[in-house]
Amino acid sequence: MTTTGQVPGAEGFTPPGPGDFNLPPVFGDSVLFAKPALLLVVSAVAVFGFFFVTSRRTALVPSKAQYVGEQGYGFIRNSVARDVIGSQHFLKFVPWLVATFFFILLNNLFGIIPLIQFPTFSRSSFAYGLAVLVWLLYNGIGIWKHGLLGYLRHVTMPAGITGPILVLIIPLEFFSTVLVRPVTLALRLFANMFAGHLLLILFTLGGEYLLLNSDKVLYNSVGVLTLILAVAISFLELLVQLIQAYVFTLLTAIYIQGALAEDH
Amino acid sequence: MSRFLAAEGEEINPLVPHTAEIILAVVVFLILVWLIKKYVMPSFEQTFAARTEAIEGGLAKAEAKQAEADAALDELNKRLSEARHEAARIREDAREQGAQIIVEMREQAQEESARITSQANAQIEAQKQLVLAQLKTEVGTLATSLAGRIVGESLEDEARQRRTVERFIAELESQPSRQGS
Repeated sequence: MTTTGQVPGAEGFTPPGPGDFNLPPVFGDSVLFAKPALLLVVSAVAVFGFFFVTSRRTALVPSKAQYVGEQGYGFIRNSVARDVIGSQHFLKFVPWLVATFFFILLNNLFGIIPLIQFPTFSRSSFAYGLAVLVWLLYNGIGIWKHGLLGYLRHVTMPAGITGPILVLIIPLEFFSTVLVRPVTLALRLFANMFAGHLLLILFTLGGEYLLLNSDKVLYNSVGVLTLILAVAISFLELLVQLIQAYVFTLLTAIYIQGALAEDH
Repeated sequence: MSRFLAAEGEEINPLVPHTAEIILAVVVFLILVWLIKKYVMPSFEQTFAARTEAIEGGLAKAEAKQAEADAALDELNKRLSEARHEAARIREDAREQGAQIIVEMREQAQEESARITSQANAQIEAQKQLVLAQLKTEVGTLATSLAGRIVGESLEDEARQRRTVERFIAELESQPSRQGS
């Protein structure tokens, strides 16, 4: 983990900021060899490894590992994909949704896993990447299903609305469905991870600074309290990380369902 | 490195995208989706389908067993009611037969008693005839002996004669009753 380095001899505490998210490359000179990018790749390997191992045995009465894998896969398959998209079309989107959820979840959990402690999606670019994919996916599905013009009508003209109000509705619907969705999707994930991580490093570094670099007992004890709070915030972060992974997956499913819907 | 830039006062905007990272995320994610679709999904779906089938197959089997059991129960109930009818019929028959037997027995007994009665009557009649025949002969003998006695005896006393005759009659009277019994 990076620490906000103190300029030797200088007075005071340098608060953590956005700069703490720009980690230097582990080797070479590219951002692709920095910790976040490496974590991203590691997480994909880990997610696939987990499901690959747990899905090898296809026993009717599952072993413990098979059970865990099935529960994870089945949760997204049944509670998200099937419940949202409907039992007719959901199956072909299950791999996408399963990958989305567990990929984001693991990358988020990296934020509180000791020694890793960096939520990958606090780098906005990764969130943009996923959001772009989701945008391409649901718009592609809509165009494939309704045709380009049909999809545009499907998106911009809600059923049952006629008359001059359409002048207002059409640009609004286009704006909200086609333009805003990917942005909010990406920013929601990124901002939660970014803010959470910033909060955590602020509390840990601040607590450490108060405890170690101050002569006053009062500041020292506040430092201890701050570190205790940092632990509590870690648990809060765990919750946020779970929720954000779930929300991203759920919204993806909802967008797919919206594009597939016969009448909107 | 950027951190040091930051320390020097340059603004860092975390929202600014890095094309390399976007491409990396897209590529890594698509590979993950493809891997899951290719290697994970078929296996899990196959397991789910097999499990569903096992459960539904089990249900079908249970239904078949249930139907079989129902059929067996019906059969059993049918047999039971048949057996009840049979038993009732047999009991009825037995009752009729019993009644018939009783009637027959009664007739037989009456016949027998009639037979015995008539036999007894005949026997009595025969004995009576026999006694009468004996009596006749005996009366003759007695009359002869009485006449002899009367003749032989002197007619000295009218009263004596009369007593003799009375005695004789009394003898006569007591004799057949003793013989007839």
